Amino acid sequence: MIRSEILKEIAPILRDHLVVCNIGIPSQELHAIDDQPSNFYMLGTMGLSSSIGLGLALAQPKPVIAIDGDGSVLTNLGTLPTIANNVADNYILLIIDNGSYGSTGDQPTYAGKKTRLEKVAEACGCENVVTCQAEDTGRVLQESLASKQMTVIVSKCESGNAKMPVITMDPVVIRDRFMKAVQA
Amino acid sequence: MGRTPRKPNVMILDKKIADDFAANDISFVTTVPCKQLAGVIEEIDRRDEFLHIPSNKEDEGMGLCAGAFMGGKRPAIIMQNTAIGVTINTLATLTQFYRMPLPMLISYRGELREPVACQVEMAVHTKALLAQLNIPTYHFHWEQDVRELDNILKFTFMCNKPVAILTDANFWGGYGDQ
Repeated sequence: MIRSEILKEIAPILRDHLVVCNIGIPSQELHAIDDQPSNFYMLGTMGLSSSIGLGLALAQPKPVIAIDGDGSVLTNLGTLPTIANNVADNYILLIIDNGSYGSTGDQPTYAGKKTRLEKVAEACGCENVVTCQAEDTGRVLQESLASKQMTVIVSKCESGNAKMPVITMDPVVIRDRFMKAVQA
Repeated sequence: MGRTPRKPNVMILDKKIADDFAANDISFVTTVPCKQLAGVIEEIDRRDEFLHIPSNKEDEGMGLCAGAFMGGKRPAIIMQNTAIGVTINTLATLTQFYRMPLPMLISYRGELREPVACQVEMAVHTKALLAQLNIPTYHFHWEQDVRELDNILKFTFMCNKPVAILTDANFWGGYGDQ
């Protein structure tokens, strides 16, 4: 299973929640699969999906799912201690770990080599870290939402991208409709 | 201006800054520490009006602020000017691109009364970088400059832009034991 297949499978779950989606192909895939006003697409700024999601979760009570990649988490590794030490039980960080930098041509990341992000997250103090295979992502995500506890999910999948169009929506439109979905 | 004992003045500044933040409905503050900003960070941390989330790096902090803003809270970041070198991409592609307000209270290291030479190396680029980014920039050099803060915060949330408030060592009454 590749990332776009996971996104397709979990789209019915994501639809009912606030989602912050990682830069590049992940956002393009989610946008093409199931565009929703409650999706915040990152058009730039690699690495900050988890941080934006945490800020959002800390600021308001609705559940927030931040979709990130292994490469992006490695870019902003300092995010994991911040998450661990500022517990927001309405926050789920879903790391889709395909061991590669998908948007730039599937170059391998260190997470695809010796580094285990789930262990890094635990060492940083994250209390609920769940590692799963791609096929189980939907179930684990549902369970995490039901637990009402901050959870970091590391979903292991294969490297690869679906061919989807670039998002041409204006960033201010993305932000404005997302903020309306937050307030709804 | 005559020399006055450092601590009482700084404590007044710390409180005034936190008061102005609160008066402008800022309720989410992220910080990366600086010796000059230690007092104001302590004041922010102490007060119930603010959710204070320390960050490990300033671009991470700006991500937190973006999320908090979209969640309905007015954010602010407190950091050193060296952070401008770290956050240009985030300022351009997140804060500015999505048109979000962000007051940045910045310790302007490497200016007059700075004891550490290396700090000057980023100080000489700070205003040029901010100007290149078209970021409205204010420089507090004298204690009374803090009186502008309330207007600067109102301006920031009026125009939905990142705005820099550079506070140098002279503003803070000297650095360390000077």
